[in-house]
Parts: sequence; C-alpha cells; structure tokens
Amino acid sequence: MIGTPSRPTRAVTGWLLVLPATVVLAAFTHLPIVTTLIASLHSRATAIRPARFVGLDNYRSLAADPVFWKVMGNTVAFAFGTVPVSIALALAMALWVNRRIAGRGLLRLAFFLPTMLPMIAAANLWLFFYTPDIGLLDQCLGLAGLSGHNWLGDPSTALPCLMAVTIWKESGFFMIFYLAALQGLSAELREAAMLEGAGPVAYFRRVLFPLLMPTTLFVSINAVLNAFKMVDPLFILTKGGPSNASNLLLYYIYENAFSFNDGATAATLTVVLLGLLAVLAISQFVLLDRRVHYR
Amino acid sequence: MFGRLTRAALTAAALLASSAAPFAAGAVDLTMYYPVSVGGPLTKVIDGMVADFEKRNPDIKVNAIYAGNYDDTRVKALAALKGGQPVQLSVLFSIDAYDLIEQDAIVPFEDVATTAEDKSWLSSFYPGLMANGVINGKTWGIPFQRSTIVMYYNKTAFREAGLDPDHPPATWTDMIAAAKKLTRTDGSRWGLMIPSTGYAYWMFGALAKENGETLMSADGTRTYFDKPPVVEALQFWRDLAVRDHVMPEGTIEWGTLRQAFVEGKTAMMWHSTGNLTEVRKSAPFDVGVAMLPANRAPGSPTGGGNFYLFKKATPAERAAALKLVRFMTEPERAAEWSIATGYMGVSPAAYETPALKAYVKDFPPAAVARDQLAVSTAELATYQTGRVRKLLDDAIQSALTGAKTPAAALTEAQDQADRLLKPYR
Amino acid sequence: MTRLPGILTVAAWMLALLWLSPLLYALWAAFHPAAFMAHFRPGAPLTLDNIRDAWTQAPFARYILNSVLLVTSVLAAQILLCTLSAYGFARFDFPGRDLLFLLVLVQLMIVPEVLIVENYQTMARLGLVDTIAGMGLPYMASAFGIFLLRQTFKSLPRELDDAARIEGCGALGTLWRVYVPLAKPTLTAFALVSVSHHWNNFLWPLIITNSVSVRPLTVGLALFGAPESGVSWPMISAATLIAILPLVMAFLIFQRQFVQSFLHAGIK
Repeated sequence: MIGTPSRPTRAVTGWLLVLPATVVLAAFTHLPIVTTLIASLHSRATAIRPARFVGLDNYRSLAADPVFWKVMGNTVAFAFGTVPVSIALALAMALWVNRRIAGRGLLRLAFFLPTMLPMIAAANLWLFFYTPDIGLLDQCLGLAGLSGHNWLGDPSTALPCLMAVTIWKESGFFMIFYLAALQGLSAELREAAMLEGAGPVAYFRRVLFPLLMPTTLFVSINAVLNAFKMVDPLFILTKGGPSNASNLLLYYIYENAFSFNDGATAATLTVVLLGLLAVLAISQFVLLDRRVHYR
Repeated sequence: MFGRLTRAALTAAALLASSAAPFAAGAVDLTMYYPVSVGGPLTKVIDGMVADFEKRNPDIKVNAIYAGNYDDTRVKALAALKGGQPVQLSVLFSIDAYDLIEQDAIVPFEDVATTAEDKSWLSSFYPGLMANGVINGKTWGIPFQRSTIVMYYNKTAFREAGLDPDHPPATWTDMIAAAKKLTRTDGSRWGLMIPSTGYAYWMFGALAKENGETLMSADGTRTYFDKPPVVEALQFWRDLAVRDHVMPEGTIEWGTLRQAFVEGKTAMMWHSTGNLTEVRKSAPFDVGVAMLPANRAPGSPTGGGNFYLFKKATPAERAAALKLVRFMTEPERAAEWSIATGYMGVSPAAYETPALKAYVKDFPPAAVARDQLAVSTAELATYQTGRVRKLLDDAIQSALTGAKTPAAALTEAQDQADRLLKPYR
Repeated sequence: MTRLPGILTVAAWMLALLWLSPLLYALWAAFHPAAFMAHFRPGAPLTLDNIRDAWTQAPFARYILNSVLLVTSVLAAQILLCTLSAYGFARFDFPGRDLLFLLVLVQLMIVPEVLIVENYQTMARLGLVDTIAGMGLPYMASAFGIFLLRQTFKSLPRELDDAARIEGCGALGTLWRVYVPLAKPTLTAFALVSVSHHWNNFLWPLIITNSVSVRPLTVGLALFGAPESGVSWPMISAATLIAILPLVMAFLIFQRQFVQSFLHAGIK
C-alpha cells in the first residue's frame, strides 16, 4: 500500500508546491519588469495626451540629460564609497565580538543596533549631527578649535555624509553574517596555525580571510545591490541636493514618477537600474566565484 | 504552527475589514489631504477646525489627512485619485494649479459656487492671493494657508551690534551693512540666512522681484530665468556669502533654519510668515519682523496652499466640499488660523475680526505679511511646475555652491525650461 | 581564545561609542527640555514632556499596530509560501524546475522597491492602494527565503523522507513533521531578517499608503519628523525612541535565540 509515488505524481506535487510563490513572484517581479520595458518605449501620458509608442526616444533624452549622468556617477561613487568600508568594518566588528573582550554583549548590541533603527528615524538624528553651527559635529569641531562646516549644503560633502550614515547603518547587519561564519570555524584551527609559527596577521591573511571568502561573497553582493537601491536617507537629509550633488538613482526614479508625474522617464530609468543590477550580480558572482575557497 | 499562522492571518484580515468599515449611510464623507511646511503643532489646529465643522454639519464627515510637505501632499492626493480612492478636496500648493488642470483632476469653483452668496464669497479674498489660483478667467484655488516671505530679525542682536531694533534694513545695501555688523568673526553668529533647499525658487522669486523682474509669464508658459535682473539677483545672493561674508557658503536648509535662528546662530533670516507663531514662541529673545528689503522695488512672492476641488466627486460631495472650504475660509476661522500660525488672514474681513484685531494690536509683526501683500507677486507657477521648479532650484543651488556662475546656471535652466514649455505655448 | 591587545579593545569601544552616538543623542534630547537640545550640560533638568507630546501629537499607537499587522502578515505569508516552494525545489523533480528556480533568484537582486511604479499601478488595478495587504503583497514570496530554506532542506538526509513515507506521511505530512521542525533555526533567522526589514521599510509603504489607519511607523515617523513641519529634535528623538522600542525589546529578549539560529541556519 505504501509505495514510492510515481514520477508524474511527484512532478505534479512539485509544481503545486512551488506554484503559490511563483505566482506572487511573477505578479510583482517578472510581470512589472516586462511592463516597465514597454512603458519605457512610450511617451509620457497626461489626461489630455495619451501615451504613444516612441521607440528609443526616452533613452535618447535620458542620455542627453546631464542630471541623469550626475545621478549615475553619484550612485557608482556611493557604492564604491560604502561597500568596502562597510565590509571591512563588519569583519573587524565580528572579529572583536567573537573574542573575549570586555563588555562583549554590549559591544555586539552597539554594533547591531543601527540595523534595528528605521533609516528614516536615524536620518533625522544624523540631520542634527550635520546641521551647521548647532549640530553635534560642528560643536565637536568647535571644541577642537576648528570652524564649522555646512556639511549637507556643500556639494563636496553632501554625498560623503550620506555614505557615512549608510556605513553606520549596514556594517552591523553584515557583522552578523561574519560572526556566524567565525563561530562555525573550529578553535583548533587557530591553535594549529599558531603552532606552525604564524603570527596573528599571517593567520588572518592566510587562513581566516580565505575561509571567510564565501561570506564575503554573500555580503558583498548584498552590499552592492543595497547601494544601488539606496534611497531612504535622501528623503530626510538632502532630497538629492544641493543641485543633485547627492541624488541617487532610485530617488531620481521616485522624483520622476511621483513629483514630476513622468512615468515614461521613470520607466526608462528603472530599466537602466534593472540592467545595472543584473550585470552587477552576474559579474560579481563570476569574478568572486573563482577566488572563493569552498570547504 | 500553520494553525497559528492561519489564525493570525484571519485576525489580520478581520482587523483590516473593520478599519475599512463604512460610516453611517445618508451622510456625506469627505476626504481631504493637507500639508504642513512650517513650525508648530498645526495638525492639531486643523483637527480642531474640522471638528467644529462637523459639529455644525452633523451630516458631513470629514477625514482630514496630514500628508507631509507640499510635494508629498500633491503626490498622495493624486495617487489616491489614480488608485480610485475618494478624495473630494485638498489643500495643495498654490502653484500646482497648472499641473492639476493638465491632469484633469480639479474643477473650477465657479462650477460649484453658483449662488449669489457663493459668488460674493469668491470675490472676498485679497486679490494678491488669487493670482496663483485664477487661470483663464476661472478660480481653481481658494487661498487658505497663504504667506509671503518676511525678514525675521533678532532685536537683541541688533541692539548689541549698535543697530536700531525698530528700524530694520529696508534696502539691499542697508541689509548688507547691518549684516556685516551682526556677523561675528569667530563664526558664532551669521548676519543673515536665506534658505536655499526646499523652496529655493521661492526665495529667489523675492530677490528677482526686488530687482524688478518676475520669474515667469502670467499664463505659465514662459520663464524669464536668464533676464539680466534675474541673473543679477542670483549674483547678489551668492555674493552675500563670498563677497560680503555675512551668510554661510553652500546651501542653507529650509527645515532647520528656524532652529538656527532661535538658537541665535543667525541674526536675520528670510522665511515664510507661516513660521511666525512658532518662532515667537520658541525664541528666547525679542523677535522683529520686517518686510523684505528692496533694491529696485520692494516685494515678495506669495506662497502657500490653496483649497482645490477634485473632479471625481458626486454633486452632494461637491456641495459638502464647498461648504467645508467656505467654513475654513470664514473670517473667524481665517483669524484663528492666522493667530495659530502666522499665515495671513486670507480676506480683509479676517483682519476686522475682534480676535485678529486684538492680536495685531498686541503683536504688530502679525500684520507685516498682509502689508507686504500690496507689493507681492505670484509664486513661480508654470505648466510642468515640478520639473521647472527643480530646474530653477538646481540652478540656484549650483550657483550658491560655486559649481557654476549665476549666468551659466540660469541660462542652462532657461534653455531646458523653454524645451519643456514649448508645447504649451 | 586569547585576550585582545589593549589598543584593539580601546578601538572597539571607540567604534561602539560612535555607533551608539545617535541613540545616545536621542536619549539626551528626548528626556531634556527643548532648550538643552543642543547644549550638553550635566545636570540639565529631566522631563517626560517630549515623550508625552510626541505620543499625543501623532497617532503612534495606531502606527505601531499597523506596523505589527504588516510585519506579521508578511512573515506568515512568507513562511508559508517559501517553505512550500523551497520543499518543492529541494526534493521534487519536475520539468522546468531549474529554469523556474533561476527565475526565483531574479528577485534576489530585483527587489520590489525597484519596481515601485509598475507595482503601484498593479495595486491600483487590484483596488489595494492604501491597504495593509497592498503594502505587504509584493514581498510575500521572498526569493531570499526560498533560497535559504531550499539550502537547509537539501542538507537534510534523504533517508528521513523514506522513514516518513513508511510512517504513512504524504508530501505535506513529511514537510510538516520532518522538514519544518528541522529547519526551525533557519526559519528563525529568516524571521529576524524579514521582521527587521519590514519594520524599517519606507519607500514602498510611503507610496502605497495614504491614511492614518494604514500608515506604518516609518511613514508616520517621516511625516511627523520632517523638520520643516517645525517639529524639533527633542520631539523627533522622543518619537524615534517610541518607534524603536518594540523591536529593540524583542531583540534583547530573543538575542540568544537569534544569534544561535544564525549559527545553525548556515547563513555564512
């Protein structure tokens, strides 16, 4: 009576199991990708003039839009500025709280806490830090005898200020992944390395870091994708200003779609972002894959 | 576990359903969105006014939703309309009228306000406040939270610097001279701050007006960003920081400027009159309020929010919406609102109410914005307002941060605005 | 494990202090009168006024309820959908499986935030704008969850299947009696990530919600805290503390379980 179910039955069961999730994914990921592509080939619709097919016109006007290039540059700079630092800090934090260190529990909480704060709330607190003259940062500079700086109002510091907030927010989250990986490594490993005469630096470089490579791969893919989708702090801190100096791709999409009511440009920008994300994910995987040491 | 999950899902569904339960039948439900862009617990004031209205009109239920600043509120209201949600009226930016017309979202008040009494109500407002709301001979927006830019100054600082606190500077030259005296060289106090985020184009509208030029044509199809007086005005703004050293370099944040003024970090600031009550309440020093100083002419653009009636509404809802707008703009209400915020009483009758009369007598700065109305101009409003505004904001910010010269920045903005507006001419 | 050198310990603490500073500032500003907002004097008077004012000036209780409803309904749906499909992908052979799995992975990089414009229109068509369901729906099938659970399920020995079959379990019975209990650490870790993500999510809720009865904490906080609305930092700080309290409490209570589950979940 109890036998192995036949292959076709198992195939049907398999299909039924994956069906609900697939439908939701298709409805809110795959279908919108297709409709975005279509929308990017049509003109902006208003109540008076409906959208019409315009081919690649939207892409051409985007290519001619200096703000678009500024935003792209910012987004890339943002990724380069935040990802390596976040990952390095995450690793350092994980190494620290993985060791016997005074007040380990509190340290771990301190590092992880930003992850639990909504970015919107955190950005408001950071706004106080950055506010010229009365803000905490300028007060600290004042104590050191230095004059204040218009942090968010200076195009050369606005984007770095956003980067700092992002690094602060994300490092603790990545730390958890490193911590999990570190605790999975056996303690003898370190002792064995020490017996071989390796110093702490050599141990880290030759043993630990290569062993952590899969984690680094996972974390860095996540970090890069996050960087390209970063948007929350802009709503509070800079609104992309001054003069687009801190504008990022997803915020520019939001502006076009909702502030300018220009769905066509927003769709075109979305296609650009989708393309970027795809290329990034694939190339990163291929590049890092070769260097990952799998256990 | 799945049992528990199902139960949780069912509970959630039940809660959702109950929160969406309709009100009693027969009554009219109105939904309106409104913005807040200045200081003070203003949502409470609006809630109170709405509650008064409901008490007097038990058959009308009003759902007043605070939705952020002007941009956020327009986005929300339009999104709700597109999403098929009921919105019958809203307080939106006075300059959004062109966009709302283009989207076919609003109806002119003349379509609804048809009785003789309604018509006289329509003409009861200050004409200066109707400038942004009347387009092609029809009234699309009724003034509610309306402002001009005024100059707030710290009287204590004036005295300290040997300036007469009762004679604030009235010209650009005087303003620079005063600001130089007020600026402390150790950086602990600036002479003047003009905000350049959020509503940079608005502040700039004042500078341009004072230099004898407006920013756009009355029909909203042309901008004048590259006219010489306009370019000069931007050069002047930039010079306040780099030539006269009385204002910090870079952009100045609209939202936090009030705090900086109250903390004594700047002796003068240009800001919306809508901030008056909050500034007065929180400043530990004597606050003075003056009309903006003139160069070739005095003046400020008007600003702030108008009531709009949305198209998607039943006749009963429209009538109720009109009733609400009329209630909210009655002289008594306008006076109450003006006292609570600093926004102008929108009609001359408001300033004749005992409450506002007494308030102005006790606190004369409360009338500065009204007096300035005589020399006011319309706020920058064109078709594709969102984009055109952003072009000008970006140009201003790149000039103020030194990324471009004022002339280059404004010429570029003008070219792009021309391209955007050509189809509307 | 050896002790860290002193200088590294100091560095760790400096960093921790820096990391805590926004929260420390929030605590300072929330419990002192507004006049001390930017003046850090020891002995400044303490007050609960800011907390009280923030609590009464915006419907935070409602916002918290909305956030809780959002987070729990999303998590419940995610766990249900992801467990089912992860089991399907891990243990069943069916035509098109690998292609389908690849399509699932697409969502790992293209999260719903990127597709706000189109998803908004979908919700409008479904009549779900300004509902909790509309806010949660795009996230209810999580590629991350499917991926994670599939890995966990695959690492379990196949013999368990046979044993369950002999006991008379069908596919769902096996999943329920064997796989789900063994995947509990993974599920906990996933729940942590999901809850903290959706508790803090902003852009999509901002766009899709209009009214107080749906608005989650983040959107309510952004509206409340916009400095241009004149709310000052003491109030923002008070509101921030109100907003983070539920999550921080949960973390402190379940900290051990979270860390343990991350260790066992194989998220490394």
